[in-house]
Amino acid sequence: MDNAVFIVGVGVLSGIGNNVAECLDALEKGKAGIDKINYLRTNHRDLLPAAEVKLSNDELSVICGLPSTTSRTAMLSMIAAKEAWDNSGVNKLPALRTGFVSASTAGGIDKTEDFFTHFLADKSKGKLRDIINHECGNITNIVAEKLGIKNHISTISTACSSSANAIMYAARLIKNNMLDAVIAGGTDALTRFTLNGFNTLLVLDEQYCKPFDENRRGLNLGEGAGYVVLVSERVASLLKQRPYCALSGYFNANDAYHQTSTSFDGDGPYMAMAGALTMSGLQPKDIDYINLHGTGTQNNDSSEGTAIQRLFHPHYPKMSSTKSFTGHTLGASAGVEAVFSALAIQRGIVYPNLRLDKPMVAFSFAPETTFSKQQDIKHALSNSVGFGGNCSSLIFSKL
Amino acid sequence: MKTYIRSAVTISPQKTFNNPLFLNELASHNDNRLTCIEPDYSEAIDPKLIRRMSRIIKMSVASALACLKDAGIANPDAIVTGTAYGCLEDTGIFLTNMVQEDEEPVTPVAFVQSTHNTIGAQVALLIKCNRYNNTFVSGGASFENALLDAIMLLTENNTANVLVGGMDEITDMSHIVLNRLGLYKRQPVSSLNLFNTNSKGTVNGEGAAFFLLANNPSPNNLACIDAVATFYKPEDIAEIKQHINSFLVSQHISCNDIDLLISGNNGDVTSDKIYAQVQQLVFNEIPLINYKHLCGEYPTSTAFATWLGANIIKNNNIPAQLNNSNSPKNKINKVLIYNHYQNIYHSLILMSSC
Repeated sequence: MDNAVFIVGVGVLSGIGNNVAECLDALEKGKAGIDKINYLRTNHRDLLPAAEVKLSNDELSVICGLPSTTSRTAMLSMIAAKEAWDNSGVNKLPALRTGFVSASTAGGIDKTEDFFTHFLADKSKGKLRDIINHECGNITNIVAEKLGIKNHISTISTACSSSANAIMYAARLIKNNMLDAVIAGGTDALTRFTLNGFNTLLVLDEQYCKPFDENRRGLNLGEGAGYVVLVSERVASLLKQRPYCALSGYFNANDAYHQTSTSFDGDGPYMAMAGALTMSGLQPKDIDYINLHGTGTQNNDSSEGTAIQRLFHPHYPKMSSTKSFTGHTLGASAGVEAVFSALAIQRGIVYPNLRLDKPMVAFSFAPETTFSKQQDIKHALSNSVGFGGNCSSLIFSKL
Repeated sequence: MKTYIRSAVTISPQKTFNNPLFLNELASHNDNRLTCIEPDYSEAIDPKLIRRMSRIIKMSVASALACLKDAGIANPDAIVTGTAYGCLEDTGIFLTNMVQEDEEPVTPVAFVQSTHNTIGAQVALLIKCNRYNNTFVSGGASFENALLDAIMLLTENNTANVLVGGMDEITDMSHIVLNRLGLYKRQPVSSLNLFNTNSKGTVNGEGAAFFLLANNPSPNNLACIDAVATFYKPEDIAEIKQHINSFLVSQHISCNDIDLLISGNNGDVTSDKIYAQVQQLVFNEIPLINYKHLCGEYPTSTAFATWLGANIIKNNNIPAQLNNSNSPKNKINKVLIYNHYQNIYHSLILMSSC
């Protein structure tokens, strides 16, 4: 059961780039992907900025090979999952038990929105092809079938921590000797449903978000997909290239405080981080970089910050919220950030936390503000916190 | 690994909740939609909270709390749920609001409660459970993945018991849409007569079922869950046979060891043809009962089947009304549930006496 699980492939697309190379370039140059909404049809486009993937559905369709009428969530997933799968080289190995564990919160609701406009006027109207892939599980199936993965296909939805739990589940399926290699992560397209939902909660920043800043105003939504390929030690040894890192620890805890906000003391994030450290056999001082959940809302950053203070004081690792680049990609965020964390270890880089003018006064630590190279990142911690108190942390370790 | 069902509670289209008798009388539904028989929730849930909860949240939370109470567990080591549709009613309310108000919806309540993990989260919140909490939304394999997660947790560290559940609801809108997709019978049908209709389409169903699974036996266990397996879009009957055989081999049993098969027949001629072929090719001679005339067809109906199997094993008796053709002669030790949902998701759940 304590067999190690390795990350041997990564794939991502987000508001800052359509693949790993483009995202890395934007992270290094400090170029955020947040902008005026361009692709989503919404009345809020002039008021609420967001980090959209800079491709229309027609352009996504050409790249991913799915019909342009497919849910955007599936097309984003396909592109990032394929990049991770190709990058891993696992598909060249024969006779492996492979799986696809994908997370999403929106699923095919972008198409359901179109359906509903006609359906509400007349219950016999609305194109059925727009509703048949409403379920999150269908989005996963579309991509799994196109990738030719059949041994295990599953979908997880725990709000903004969804893809962290997908990565954990994938690792456990390997450790329990049910699978040899799994593509795990998540996908979410920007939809009117989520944009309006978060807008009614009054947590959206009308300017560019400022995670962990004293004067933060809220979050910007983003969209994208991020996947890692997890394999057993045996499979890793069959591959030509070295793994990016190991997944050495993970933990899922529930804050059990409120449906949409996190406890003042950050109990949930604290338990998730502490549990992941225990599992990996590490001490807080061993962590070299934290990829923060860092949404930019008053509640999240103060709660997550308190949890970090409780666990790490007085030795704080470097940290940043890459949501200052990508916006909050919801069910995809922990997948996107798992890719960024694996790359931080592999390349020895630390990402900046953009637009940080005044670090939060309550804390004696502050996120990084510049991109740095030649860092020895042995252990990176990635946090996720979601609606319903779902908190999950992952630890990636250098080999 | 053997896991022990310490308690099992369901709210279903039958009188299954707060009923000490096991399916003593069957409720017949005369529509292509089987609606749950709901209890008075005020005994189970704080009335102040009930008002904000949608039907699926109420049914699930009440089942979950009753399940914990029956097991004598105040706070489980994990809560895992499986739901294909999630909280459809709240999703529909928010979408309708958004479209009709031209993107100026007034209240976030429906949005907040529309997230798929709301049920697991609400249970955790009510009992202040800080432990592992996960939600699967894998279509017709949602409950099976929740069960697999639970079984794996029980073999891993620090987990002695898991509250695991499967739930899906019908809403007026979802029923219209699924009807338009041609899933259900066009003519009125008496649900208890479902398997004599010989026509296309099934009947829509819903329900919430929760189980307290433990890694150690206790005096009042209903039954054990030995294993769960799923497979996706098999090419043909031969591939289905191959999956079932390797599942049985992995459990070190043969077909002859199974005392009862709970089969997912749903009254749709096309769908049931697969069961008939599998029965002939694999499960020949094994006593068989159906269950979807009791709960209808929905992606997490195997949670109801698991509740049924657990009670059959516990009572060592198949309710007379289930009307199986050839009853098991001996003690019912092993029960296998075989289900396919639209020939996309196939699943096997093996249960045994403790």
